[in-house]
Amino acid sequence: MTAIRKKDVIKAALLILKLAVLSLTLVLVLFPFAWMLITSLKGSQAEIYAFPIKYWPEHPSLVNYINIFKVGNFGTYFLNSFVVSAAAATVSVLCGIFGGYVVARCKFRGKKAVLFFFLFTQMIPMFVMLAPLYGMMADLKLINSLWGLVILYINMTIPFSLVTLRGFFHGVPRELEEAAQIDGCGRLASLFRVVLPVIMPGIASVFIFAFVNSWNELFVSTMFIDVDAYRTIPVALNSLILKYDIKWGEMAAGTIVAILPTMAMFTFAQKYMAAGLTAGAVKG
Amino acid sequence: MKKRGSLKRRNTQFIILMLLPAVAMVLIFTYYPMLKGIVMAFQNYNIFNINNIEWVGLGNFKELFTYTPGNMFYNTLWNTVKWVVISLFFQFTIGFGLALVLKKKFFGSGVYKGIIFFPWAVSGFMIGIMWRWMFNGTSGVINDVLVKMGILEQPFGFLAEQSTALYSVIVANIWYGIPFFVIMLTAALQGVPEELYEAASVDGATALKKFYMITLPCIKPVLVLTLLLRVIWIFNFPELIYSMTNGGPGGSSHIITSYMMETIKSLNYGKGSAIGVIVILMLSIYTIFYLCITKFDEMED
Repeated sequence: MTAIRKKDVIKAALLILKLAVLSLTLVLVLFPFAWMLITSLKGSQAEIYAFPIKYWPEHPSLVNYINIFKVGNFGTYFLNSFVVSAAAATVSVLCGIFGGYVVARCKFRGKKAVLFFFLFTQMIPMFVMLAPLYGMMADLKLINSLWGLVILYINMTIPFSLVTLRGFFHGVPRELEEAAQIDGCGRLASLFRVVLPVIMPGIASVFIFAFVNSWNELFVSTMFIDVDAYRTIPVALNSLILKYDIKWGEMAAGTIVAILPTMAMFTFAQKYMAAGLTAGAVKG
Repeated sequence: MKKRGSLKRRNTQFIILMLLPAVAMVLIFTYYPMLKGIVMAFQNYNIFNINNIEWVGLGNFKELFTYTPGNMFYNTLWNTVKWVVISLFFQFTIGFGLALVLKKKFFGSGVYKGIIFFPWAVSGFMIGIMWRWMFNGTSGVINDVLVKMGILEQPFGFLAEQSTALYSVIVANIWYGIPFFVIMLTAALQGVPEELYEAASVDGATALKKFYMITLPCIKPVLVLTLLLRVIWIFNFPELIYSMTNGGPGGSSHIITSYMMETIKSLNYGKGSAIGVIVILMLSIYTIFYLCITKFDEMED
């Protein structure tokens, strides 16, 4: 009897410990976001900079949000970011599908070199290429153009898309395609009709990853855009950093607006992304 | 025979056409500017000297490695080591611990993992902004908590003091990187066959013994891969430093990639590119080591 009780006590203690760890983690993960939200709802400077801190806004107000949209043109930036990220992610995924499929399925000489070609890009610090890139983009008349950003973001996200999609293609049984091809489907047709539907979760998560990376990108866009009408959200946020301080109320509101769409997308894709990243990591 | 040859040619055509968009794009917009950037590392290309660019050989590198009181490069290298090692150690150990707790599925564990994943949706730049606000020296929430707990007597300028700036950014980096390990390692742990544990239980193995004899060997490949990949990511991650301290105060919290960024931003392209070449060299050597461990040959299939 006592032995069983002892076991139960240990079990209960472990459960409580587990719950404590999980709750503490949850608080630590969510707190920085919650704090940004609370700060954004404080209407006056006095309240934002009060010390000791007020953990709840005395007079919750949306004035910071109204400021960034009315005075700060955030609506335009939001639209710019959205259009650029969606366009870049779409093309990046398409290129990734074509390239990743061939690398996963076909036998050819130099396959290792092709893979290395894409993996090596991840090691190049972006700032090495920014100066020459500026000259190129100027020659192409793509400075201060959203098209320019789209091209650079496609380029930035292609390696990840291709390598990760290749991992997903590996998971599709070859017989599936062969059956379709025997039925008279061409290779491209069987790819689009038979293979792609199977790896749809993978495609969705790669798309989201490319979208979020483009949405978040800061350094390229600050370098290539200096007209207000073409700014993206990170550039607008960056301009809120003044020489000696930051307008914290507006910065907090802007950060919340910027992260909401990406968080929604990640929550949706979290399950698939883990699988995709593992495939990508294991397969190189 | 003839037909077979044309089939082969068509196959080659197919492969080339499918790869072309991705390869062309990366060749033009990544490799070409990178090579041009590497060339700049051997020239005196800077803001005072746009029209009269000359070859300076290894001059830019010599400038970096020459020891003078104003030269921050050695300090930056040492910071890079601290940045990578401390961040990686805590990201990994905390992430692994949480993964062990999360291994067994429970009610709402999917949602829970989704929330833990949140920081990943946000750019390093914005994470830095959030932590910069929390570390604020006059009205930051971290100061408030520490004062209330009696650890500090009055607010402390964590990001404004040389002794604490880099470590404060590392704290933010640890927070940012934990979810990656949690997600990857939970997936790996759940892949360990349950029968192995059952068999061990029959043999009367303790939990600790099971951990060393079953869990660790089974997830070793994922463990090694995630750790090695993570090093490159942390190394190449100047965003957080840019938005939290911008390398300050007095350049004391720069790592090599953020130092390079600032050098390029001050339009000293020659010196900045030289740092870039050093970064590429360091990462290439590291990657060769990485590929030796993981056996590049196995990647093909």
